[in-house]
Amino acid sequence: MSVFLQPIYTQTVGSGGAASITFNSIPQTFTDLFLKVSARDTGAGTQSDFQLRFNGTGAGVTTYSDTVLYGSGSSAVSSRHSGTSVIYISGVPGSSATANTFGNAEVYIPNYTSSNYKQVVIDSLGENNATTSYLFIDAGLWRDTSSISSITVVAGVTAIAQYSTFSLYGITKG
Amino acid sequence: MATVIEVDCSTGISTEREMTPDEIAAQEKMAADMAAQQAEQEAQAKAKADAKASAAVKLAALGLTADEVAALTA
Repeated sequence: MSVFLQPIYTQTVGSGGAASITFNSIPQTFTDLFLKVSARDTGAGTQSDFQLRFNGTGAGVTTYSDTVLYGSGSSAVSSRHSGTSVIYISGVPGSSATANTFGNAEVYIPNYTSSNYKQVVIDSLGENNATTSYLFIDAGLWRDTSSISSITVVAGVTAIAQYSTFSLYGITKG
Repeated sequence: MATVIEVDCSTGISTEREMTPDEIAAQEKMAADMAAQQAEQEAQAKAKADAKASAAVKLAALGLTADEVAALTA
């Protein structure tokens, strides 16, 4: 089987930051979607969580859920969120994290055009250049049969920091 | 006021605009939800660490060596 990874768009946040980034009119011609994130939040704290939403769904929906496993190197914990309005991209460094460090996340969305519920797999870590840094593995679900045509990432606390980048790719399996 | 960035993948055009009042309210609610989730995560991690420390003390009181306790609680 051949697998092709095609860049769709890369967005870098400019000065002043951004509250959210939305990729609209996503082509429906790929098999899977892949979003690569390098980001930092301007809000207080060493760690923040971005929020991932599809097709413009708002705070009122309860169609998202996720199961998270995360660890700091000394302990591991699992948590479960159901009936939520977002899936979390965890571990994004906040303004109290070491300066100039950016966290990484990879969001994989298989079969985004299918008429089944949508699975989301996220791995993320909050680089802090310090002794404690968390790694997250997240299995998410969006209980909606619509094809995904729009992806929104919302800042966790205040704003997505300048120089954060979001690269969306389409994956074709043939 | 923070802005929102919208990318039209069909045209490759990226636009930046001010947030609407509804978007600001939604973001504030989500931030509150996230803070609650983070507090829950931290509470779980602390509870687990506390239980581990308590178990180590009890095992030592039973006569296990420090190496044995470490092997069981690692």
